[in-house]
Amino acid sequence: MIMIFGVPGPLLFGQLLLGLINGAFYAMLSLGLAVIFGMLNIINFAHGALFMMGAFAAWMLLNYVGIGYFPALILAPLLVGIFGVIIEKTIISRLYKLDHLYGLLLTFGMSLVIEGLFRNAYGSSGLPYRIPDILQGATNLGFMYMPNYRGWVVLAAMVVCFSTWAIIEKTSLGATLRAATENAPLVQAFGVNVPRLITLTYAGGVALAAFAGVLAAPIYSVNPNMGSNFINTVFAVVVIGGMGSIMGSILTGFGLGVVEGLTKVFYPQASATVVFLVMVIVLLVRPRGLFGKAA
Amino acid sequence: MFGFSRAQSIAFILMVVLIAVCPFVLYPVFLMRVLTAALFACSFNLMIGYVGLLSFGQAAFFGMGSYVAAWTMKAWHVDASVAIVLGGLTGAALGLVLGYLAIRRSGIYFAMITLALAQMVYFFCLEAPFTGGEDGIQQVPRGHLFGLIDLNNDMTMYWVTAAVFIGGFLLVHRIIHSPFGQVLKGIRENEPRATSLGYRTDDYKLIAFVLSCMIAGVAGGTKALVFGIATLTDVHYSTSGEVVLTTLLGGLGTVFGPAVGALVVTSMENYLAQFGAWVTVTQGAIFMICVLAFRRGIIGELGAFLKISL
Amino acid sequence: MALSRRSALLTAAALPLIRPARAQAAKIKIGVLNDQSGPYTNTGGITSVICTKQALEDFGVSAKGLDVEVISADHQNKPDLAVSIVRQWFDRDGVDVLLDVPTSSVGLAVQSVAREKNKVYLNVGAATSALTGAQCSPNLIHWCYDTYMLSKSTGGAMVKAGGDSWYFLTADYAFGKQLQGDTSRIVTDSGGKVMGAAPYPFPGTTDFSSFLVQAQASGAKVLGLANAGGDTVNSIKQAHEFGLNNSMKIAALLMFITDVHALGLDTAAGLNLTESFYWDLNDGTRAFTKRVLPKTPKNYPNMIHAGCYSATLHYLKTVAAMGAAEAKKNGVATIDHMKAMPVEDDCFGKTIIRADGRNLVSSYLFEVKTPAESKGPWDYYKLKATTPGDEAFRPMADGHCDFIKA
Repeated sequence: MIMIFGVPGPLLFGQLLLGLINGAFYAMLSLGLAVIFGMLNIINFAHGALFMMGAFAAWMLLNYVGIGYFPALILAPLLVGIFGVIIEKTIISRLYKLDHLYGLLLTFGMSLVIEGLFRNAYGSSGLPYRIPDILQGATNLGFMYMPNYRGWVVLAAMVVCFSTWAIIEKTSLGATLRAATENAPLVQAFGVNVPRLITLTYAGGVALAAFAGVLAAPIYSVNPNMGSNFINTVFAVVVIGGMGSIMGSILTGFGLGVVEGLTKVFYPQASATVVFLVMVIVLLVRPRGLFGKAA
Repeated sequence: MFGFSRAQSIAFILMVVLIAVCPFVLYPVFLMRVLTAALFACSFNLMIGYVGLLSFGQAAFFGMGSYVAAWTMKAWHVDASVAIVLGGLTGAALGLVLGYLAIRRSGIYFAMITLALAQMVYFFCLEAPFTGGEDGIQQVPRGHLFGLIDLNNDMTMYWVTAAVFIGGFLLVHRIIHSPFGQVLKGIRENEPRATSLGYRTDDYKLIAFVLSCMIAGVAGGTKALVFGIATLTDVHYSTSGEVVLTTLLGGLGTVFGPAVGALVVTSMENYLAQFGAWVTVTQGAIFMICVLAFRRGIIGELGAFLKISL
Repeated sequence: MALSRRSALLTAAALPLIRPARAQAAKIKIGVLNDQSGPYTNTGGITSVICTKQALEDFGVSAKGLDVEVISADHQNKPDLAVSIVRQWFDRDGVDVLLDVPTSSVGLAVQSVAREKNKVYLNVGAATSALTGAQCSPNLIHWCYDTYMLSKSTGGAMVKAGGDSWYFLTADYAFGKQLQGDTSRIVTDSGGKVMGAAPYPFPGTTDFSSFLVQAQASGAKVLGLANAGGDTVNSIKQAHEFGLNNSMKIAALLMFITDVHALGLDTAAGLNLTESFYWDLNDGTRAFTKRVLPKTPKNYPNMIHAGCYSATLHYLKTVAAMGAAEAKKNGVATIDHMKAMPVEDDCFGKTIIRADGRNLVSSYLFEVKTPAESKGPWDYYKLKATTPGDEAFRPMADGHCDFIKA
């Protein structure tokens, strides 16, 4: 058996793969954050809460309406996206002219309220959500036992991440969006409804979080705290990747998942902290982040 | 003497009178919590209000101050005054190291790097043997002050805490109104101009940061003595978040805002405790209302209404 | 103007704080302190308060001429917040009994306050066996479980059934480490061996997959989960995903019926776990559950909830025997009286309380039913083994409790 740093090779490969799976969640969440930050200049701390709402939406659809996993993958992001439209229109839109700090504080408060309300309604033990039947079971990859569902998560996340990237970077809608980020009044002068564009961007970012929430529901228990466990790491990912950088957040998300996975083998206690170590180093050496444009 | 305006002097006297009268009406241990939280918020306010830097890692200095004070009291049986001073020195030393790394960033990047550094301090406290991990350092004796005054009596401890708070409060105020403080404000308003005038702005910011961390450490050390316990909560990022809430609610950059914010937030935490999960909902709602409706905070809005600076 | 506004504001903020110390000696106040918003809300939380009040009702306090009030607070799992609430309860609010207090670090933190103020401290929710060991106190009774009893019952039974090599998944903090330590000792004492452990960061870990793969690679027969609440639920769920349940036995060292409910029987079926109470155990427990269930329909009582009921009931009996004024006066004397009286109630049957404050309830090893075996809501457990109370807990001499000097 090949040994790498005193760890059997197959085990290490397995850990890399698992890291990539966790990275998929980081990538999806930080992508949404990056899109929202790029367009709205808002640091959306409520992202974790919206991720959680996505998972709850899937659970409610199943238990109250009888709608299963695959339709929920579309419906739950749609529902949470609509919720996003409402909060953007009524609350967040009031903050665009202010310092980033206020957006951060407002959405932080918002996440406390949302999580508190769900905790009151559903308790905090968590609710079960079954893996859909066709994704049950696992495949033996030779070096490890790979649950089919996790494979599906990586696949789905990659497809969603890269299509989001393609929409923003390669389509005319994306071009308008990027132009509006650079110079909103000018784009408005061309007859584009910029406020609506902003609202839709927020809804889109939120829907990404909800989509990640539905993907997460069968792996983790559906639980009001599930978002706050993620949010700190995801913030670090966005900062490391370069705030507002789409590709940066995707690649950093997957990359940090792998780094974290490796830490779990060599020094498990530090696996929650290693992200912050990377963040400090990156900020010191390259303050705008790995993929950020120069300010 | 400390650069108070007329209105501020009146408010200060009022505050001192309240501090003197309250323990006869209210529960002293609760008031001590308010006072340490207020001093902690003052230290944070020094950075955000006068240097314009949001530190999201203030808990690291508060918590380390509290651990060191608790540990020296328990293991070495030092005098209470020594423990508090050591708490402050720990905050300052840690602030020097972390500040040196963080100070060249500004805005959201400063907030993020302080958060990240504080997370690493948290990890250190979680793993280091002397902190007692999740249990914290418990049953810390209050000991004696200057070898004479027994602090086990709540009222005696209260007067000491009050003195520490007023001392820290005046120190912050003195810093702000010194020539040094004027330079800081100049940097906050227009950093390139301050640089062109020949000020080494990074040095100024670093000194302010170290002072702020020292005061946070003193607040942490005092808290450890009052409650006889130092725990991971003190270094957790939620404590950093809470001090932001406190200061925002009271009024960023106001003199009395942090103290009023601390009174409101601590009361809420204490008296809403019986409502369970509604505490977080209420706190979140207050956060949102603050940001949406009165960004200047209680004291800031009050001052604006009365057209004076408080 | 400035003065009046400012002081008006402060007075308004301060009004609810002003509460004169009560002078009525006969009124008994019970303070339930637990997690009402965090990860342990369902295992304790408001259901503990409901069960405490049920004890008042069943005892018939008013008919017996007692004046008893129950108050409660959320400690948010923060030891320092808990200490300040408890100090206030004892100093200002005239609380006589401190009840529940889950989360080991919090349970230990308030121990010294109860001792300093000489009050009655009935801990039900915290797991650590240090409460009656190295950090014991004459003011405490630890009611219905601890880490030693859990590891002895679950760990001992697993080794006996052939699970003689273990790998631990441990929440990296005091409680997790102690649970791992206690269980390791039981395993090695009964001839098994420990192959390794993955201490993971607590709180904040949601993904256990890489630890689980490491556990699988270790070749151990049993996966010991030295964690609690949501972490336990998540780790079992993910263990199933990775097929660990086919190659290893999973031992959830601390798990409540509320956690089984969260997990769902599909995944939980076949798990071994230990509780000292199950609602469908015997006529007494069923009768108790029937009385209390209408008040907490969504959350069936677990051993902590039953423990709050049982502890309160026994305390009230003691108060009736001693007289309210006498019971309020001296916490140690009241605790001694409680230790001297035999305990008997619907939930735990007849038990005795040891000198170090350990209530010797019987512990039951349960196996979680399969969905096919389960006949109704919350019909989750089948009984596999019973350890009588005098064998279930750590022998008193091994605890090194300092106030017991022969």
